[in-house]
Amino acid sequence: MSEKFSLSVNESTHTITADPDMPLLYALRDDLGLNNPHFGCGLAQCGACTVHLDGQPIRSCVTPLSAVGNGKITTLAGLGTPEKPHPLQTAYIEEQVPQCGYCINGWLMTAAAFLRDNKKPSDGQIKDALSGLKCRCGTHLAILRAVKRAAAMMG
Amino acid sequence: MKKIEKMKRPSRRTLLRCGGALVVSIGAPMPFRLARATEEARLVGVRPPLTPDQLSSYIAVNADGTVSVFSGKTDLGQGLEVALAQMVAEELDVPFKAVKVVTGDTASSVNQGGASSASGVSEGGKQLRVAAAEARRVLVELAAEKLGVPAESLAVNGGVVHSNTEMAKSASYAELVGDRYFNVTLAWNGKIGNPLYAPGKAKPKAPKDYAIVGRPIKREDVAPKVFAQQDFCTDIKVPGMVHGRMIRPAIAGAVPVNVDESSIKEIPGARVVWNQGFLGVVADKEWDAIKAAQRLKVTWSNPAPPFPDQASLYDHIRQAGVRKSETEGRPVGDVDAAFKNGARVIEAEYEWPFQSHASMGPACAIVDIKPDQVTVWTGSQKPHFTRDGVANILGVPVDKVRGIWILGPGSYGRNDAGDVAMDAALLAKAVGKPVRLQYMRDQATGWDPKAPASIHRARAAIDGSGKVIAYEFVSKAFPRVDVNSNESEPHDTLAGQLTGVPVKSGDGFGVPEDSYGFANKRSYWQTIAPLLERGSPLRTSHLRDPVGPQIHFASESFIDELAAALKLDPVEFRLQYVTDPRDVAVIKAAAEKAGWQPRPSPRRDQNGTTVSGRGFAYVQRHGTRLAIAAEVEIDRSNGKIWTRKFTVAHDCGQIINPDGLLRVIEAGVVQGTSRALWEEVKFNNKTVTSVDWLSYPILDIAEAPESIDVVLIDRPELPPSGAGEPAIRPVAAAIANAVFDATGVRIRRVPFSPDNVKSALS
Repeated sequence: MSEKFSLSVNESTHTITADPDMPLLYALRDDLGLNNPHFGCGLAQCGACTVHLDGQPIRSCVTPLSAVGNGKITTLAGLGTPEKPHPLQTAYIEEQVPQCGYCINGWLMTAAAFLRDNKKPSDGQIKDALSGLKCRCGTHLAILRAVKRAAAMMG
Repeated sequence: MKKIEKMKRPSRRTLLRCGGALVVSIGAPMPFRLARATEEARLVGVRPPLTPDQLSSYIAVNADGTVSVFSGKTDLGQGLEVALAQMVAEELDVPFKAVKVVTGDTASSVNQGGASSASGVSEGGKQLRVAAAEARRVLVELAAEKLGVPAESLAVNGGVVHSNTEMAKSASYAELVGDRYFNVTLAWNGKIGNPLYAPGKAKPKAPKDYAIVGRPIKREDVAPKVFAQQDFCTDIKVPGMVHGRMIRPAIAGAVPVNVDESSIKEIPGARVVWNQGFLGVVADKEWDAIKAAQRLKVTWSNPAPPFPDQASLYDHIRQAGVRKSETEGRPVGDVDAAFKNGARVIEAEYEWPFQSHASMGPACAIVDIKPDQVTVWTGSQKPHFTRDGVANILGVPVDKVRGIWILGPGSYGRNDAGDVAMDAALLAKAVGKPVRLQYMRDQATGWDPKAPASIHRARAAIDGSGKVIAYEFVSKAFPRVDVNSNESEPHDTLAGQLTGVPVKSGDGFGVPEDSYGFANKRSYWQTIAPLLERGSPLRTSHLRDPVGPQIHFASESFIDELAAALKLDPVEFRLQYVTDPRDVAVIKAAAEKAGWQPRPSPRRDQNGTTVSGRGFAYVQRHGTRLAIAAEVEIDRSNGKIWTRKFTVAHDCGQIINPDGLLRVIEAGVVQGTSRALWEEVKFNNKTVTSVDWLSYPILDIAEAPESIDVVLIDRPELPPSGAGEPAIRPVAAAIANAVFDATGVRIRRVPFSPDNVKSALS
């Protein structure tokens, strides 16, 4: 049975009518027309659908609309812009990280929350924080270089 | 719904109309007056046909002086567009920034094979290079006519043709071009795909004169990805489109015998499309399509389980009848006689499992069938072949179909993108609406074409002095292309196979590529029949460096076994037998950079739980050669391997862009590490059971190497030979050889997962 939901996404509010069991991912992509995040697995195993809910990374592919409540959602598009990039975005460009880039939401949104809460992290802490996310193109080393670069920028 | 406007790649026509384009001239050099008299005939305001023999099919100089390049190769994030732009800018003498590469739209480019066999630069770039050189030649001729001076007295700088003696006497490309198209016929070799080649009369520049080729230039596709501005093929939206999902059987080979459409009647817009083994649903909204696919009540046929148990896979390969056998390359000497004369024979057998592309996201395609035009948006890396396939499966003329490549969720060969486009075409035809179809995760991993499982037997005879006098290498495997490496024929796609198209399994495998100069040497392969001939989740096709990792895991492990048997350092042993000077150079460069100290393996000096070792491997691939040293740590208590460091020396001939090349090699080594340590398609006798990232694990970031050092060997005088695939090829052998060095235990089966390693060590 469809219900009305009011979603706060990247600081604007949208009202949609949808199945409460529908994962947030489909509301963002199909109802709101946002092309990020991506469907990777629908199982919370890869991270391609990651967004922030009240600042915390969540897997939108398994988060039902009914669980979103009044939380503030931020997608990669809301993390920064070319004019005002997040340090991670700057570092990703400097390090030329992505190949296909389909996985990018998972890494950037997870790392953004981690670096906000952990200043000057060790290499081991960074790896632990990002473990479980998937990159199939094999850009693992470039990802780590970029996150370390961003950590230094955020000092 | 605005998305479609944004995503539509500008057609060449549009580009040219916006910018103007063109030029002309051909034929034998004409007398000056005659050339001027016929100039109008050589200028065309209407686009020449998009054929491989037309210069305009590759390059347009626009009226604003920018250059549009039309590539039939696709850039999957490895920086190809940058490299192509460098090659074109170099030949045309225009700034790098003036060149824009338009990729993979069949309306604007000819079939150059798409991404294939690491040939983006070596074949695709080669063609664009001669096209650009020819364009420059024609532009200079036009300038000579305009300025009334001999072409030989002119030079080009930044897209401006000027007199060598009077700089003021000049004409820009923009001025020369106007709003017109090149009308120049090239000497096309009559081939399409990778071997397409159509040079003009102009000779490309000498490498010593390069100013742009060889420079590190960064990619322009990174920032849009980082700022969520890059749309993927999954993001295409077409007015009126519906969403599709496919339904696959629980037993491979089963077909629906009853489908209860009423089971999904509550779902808005839900419809079933069923034709023999082909079963899909559509709905207005994507989530509804997913629910419909889950809820649809289907009664399936109950065929005999088609597969052996996984545990008997390699026995199956060993025992299966040989379908085709072929010796590749010329055998050297009399191998059989030499084996009889050996003082000692060393033999080993290696095993490699089925592997999945397991692309980051399931494949997606959108097909829109209009009365006079079919459009397919595809993430397939070979969009011209996708176009051909859609035309074939719909039964419409190929010139009525446009294939538009839009970046897909990862592509390393013939993955599920080739199947999803054909499935989407059949759904769209059945429901009479544009259909966007994306597979689900279990279908992406479980039902994509697989890299073939194989066994490899190597043996060598050694004489009394310790010299290798005979060498034989044989692979026995599922064919490399049960379904072809492109989707142009319906029998090579699930949609075709499931709707009754006669199947036609392809064949072939491969042999080691190296220059070991053993006095008597032969290599051959044998293939066996597929386990299920129609609609199999274990059908095989090309996955990055098709059959290369399999073959060279075995061949380079075996070389290491020979060195160890002879108590020789593995690098010195290779150098004793390698005959190609470029091979010698990469081996020495990798060893030197790695600080390799000569000694035989294994170490035999470690007693702790965690032991470390080093391993070496070297390969060729289609002209490229590379050597790699691996340093690994093994936790003997749990069998876990950490590939701490790799050192690579890489020679792919002329380097176009060292920055992009380094990143491609690094990622290739990581992907190769993942394939070696973790990747194995699991199956039971009914179907594939690797269906997600838990059942098909890949290398985690926490397991990433500490460093990958790369030595680039540039050979500007040699043609570029490709870098997109070779770096994967030697990785598994280098790791296995390092495990042997650390433990004295030889691992001859991939993957080197903790369980497999632990049991090998015990």
